[in-house]
Amino acid sequence: MAAPSPPAVASFPGRVVLTGHPPDLYPDFMGGPNLRNSASANPSSAGRTQMRLLIVEDDLEAAEYLRKALREAGHVAELARDGEEGLQAAVDGEFDVLVVDRMLPKREGLSLISELRARGDTTPVLILSALGQVDDRVTGLRAGGDDYLTKPYAFSELLARVEALSRRTAPQAADTLYRVGDLELDRLSHRVTRAGKEIPLQPREFRLLEYLMRHAGQVVTRTMLLENVWDYHFDPQTNVIDVHVSRLRSKIDKGFERTLLHTVRGAGYMIRDGAR
Amino acid sequence: MTALGKLVRTTAFKIVAVYLIIFALFAAGIIAYLARHTQQLVVSQITETVDAEMRSLQEEFTVGGINRLVDVVETRAQQPGSNLYLVTTFAGAAIVGNVEVPNETLGRPGWSEISYRRAEDPDDRHVSRALVRVTVLPGGFRLLVGRDFEERDRLRQILAQPARWAVAFLVILGVGGGLFIARRVLKRIDAMTETSDRIMAGDLSGRLPVAGSGDEFDRLANSLNAMLERIEGLMTGVKQVSDNIAHDLKTPLTRLRNQAEEALRASKSEADYRAALEATIDESDALIRTFDALLMISRAEAGEVRTHMADFDAADVANSVGELYEPLAEEKGLKFVVETDPPLPCHGNRELIGQALANLVDNAIKHGEPVTPGIEGEVRVNSRLQGGRILLTVADRGPGIPDGDRKRVLERFVRLETSRSRPGAGLGLSLAAAVAHLHGGDLLLEDNNPGLRATLAIPVPSR
Repeated sequence: MAAPSPPAVASFPGRVVLTGHPPDLYPDFMGGPNLRNSASANPSSAGRTQMRLLIVEDDLEAAEYLRKALREAGHVAELARDGEEGLQAAVDGEFDVLVVDRMLPKREGLSLISELRARGDTTPVLILSALGQVDDRVTGLRAGGDDYLTKPYAFSELLARVEALSRRTAPQAADTLYRVGDLELDRLSHRVTRAGKEIPLQPREFRLLEYLMRHAGQVVTRTMLLENVWDYHFDPQTNVIDVHVSRLRSKIDKGFERTLLHTVRGAGYMIRDGAR
Repeated sequence: MTALGKLVRTTAFKIVAVYLIIFALFAAGIIAYLARHTQQLVVSQITETVDAEMRSLQEEFTVGGINRLVDVVETRAQQPGSNLYLVTTFAGAAIVGNVEVPNETLGRPGWSEISYRRAEDPDDRHVSRALVRVTVLPGGFRLLVGRDFEERDRLRQILAQPARWAVAFLVILGVGGGLFIARRVLKRIDAMTETSDRIMAGDLSGRLPVAGSGDEFDRLANSLNAMLERIEGLMTGVKQVSDNIAHDLKTPLTRLRNQAEEALRASKSEADYRAALEATIDESDALIRTFDALLMISRAEAGEVRTHMADFDAADVANSVGELYEPLAEEKGLKFVVETDPPLPCHGNRELIGQALANLVDNAIKHGEPVTPGIEGEVRVNSRLQGGRILLTVADRGPGIPDGDRKRVLERFVRLETSRSRPGAGLGLSLAAAVAHLHGGDLLLEDNNPGLRATLAIPVPSR
């Protein structure tokens, strides 16, 4: 629990803000019971490591909605209704990720996080807030939060971010060689090969692929890509990220039988070996 | 509060009162100083006179003995306005003289200040003060010479009387002047208060009266008027924006509601419901985006994000934004060129400048399709340093913006196509302008012949 953050994670300073979502990015699980059947809508729920989460949120309805949605995605979530209760629960329990609202009764969300960090607890924290501006995000991350998501959010966005935060599910953070199927990316020599054949990439394409491969098997949303590959946190309004991803896809997947870079409808992208 | 109480309470009156007290004390001090010195002068004149007289009488005594002295004293004592003289035997019996003095005075040789009576008219009970000198002559005779303090006292009176008048005059003048000035000040202030009361009551077009004399009240009134001008402008802006919000947010809200209603009424299958819900989420996402953009603009305009300013390279921002949008431009068949002067150190909020530039590039790509025959579609992103400002320019070859509309497009929610067929809420340029203003700069819109050239001009931090 108290293990230090892997350096690769820490090397992404400006992690998240969501000021809006591309039009096609909405939660598909809204259909309720059908969720488990629609594997394409939420492939991350299939055969994934189960996470234990703590949701600290005073809006009971929102918290219950979140817990239900997380359960449908295969994770377990506990609820705490105020800052003090949240701090106690976080200290007592073993959680993979904490989801903390900023405006909480009894103890402010940021104060809760600072207190946890002061006690040496490094459990990843996703801050949820209605305050979404640049400076609020910076304040949140400075207080010790690992990621920041603005309300209202799409659940697919929250799920992708929570899974990216969890150390249990973030596989290749510290490796120097990423491998997905027959696709290999060498972080030291900046070489990318597929089936032994070198694929020349632009520097930004390399970073895009690197981020996707670090989170191989996980859904990566468009805003996550914009933030981590370009270091911008605004909503680009148009499908700029899609164009970049489709360019990359044409380089790494074209001419190969098996597709590795998948579009996850309504959520984002995922790189994975289809056979897995 | 009575009218007088109000006057007395004014700052002007208080200042006048304080100055008056200081001035009166100062004047009294000068008068007292003068009086003292004049008196000292008079006293020293008296002693000199007495000394001279004493010397001459002693000479007479030396020359002609007691008889001669008595003769001389007798003569001198008779003269009008004469000094005081007295010659006695060693026992103290008066031989000649024009004063009666207490015996102990004669027993003490040297200077003393005494009360005396003139000897010549015994009816006069008037006792005067005098400065006398007693000398013991050979043979035990005592000689007293003195002079009345009358001159000194008269001088004192001459000085004291006008001094009293002067101080009284000063106080009356000061109080009167203070009240007069206070009244004038109060009149101006009352006029200002009245106007501001009217303004507070809701009449924002009211302005404070300016007398035109260029005094400090005029300066204050002018600067308050300028402030009112700005407030009125902001209020008008707010009103306009809220009208626009009402319109531009109600439209998608209405669509949202219609879609939901339509789904309830007409949906037959689960797929229908799903499609309707998806459309609903799309619509609400668009609404959220609009809200976020509005919030961002108003916070940038209020200068709230100023706390998170840092140093960064503006050329790098131009490069990365350019690189982000380049594939999009290519997909639309537009040539995309990024020219940067590296590096351009800039101080500000990189995130906001990046977003502002991204909005300009996004606009250029959306609206940059050439309409003029023979012109190739092109979007050019340029960053350079010119005249102490960092210029981040995005130029396209599209239809551009007509001269008359350039100011208008910077307002919130203004979109030039009335059809509103293309996506966007009309906030992109407003945000870019707000970001430029936040950094003390400007958003310039120029003709690219044909096309639009939009420039974020950010002043370079002075070191």
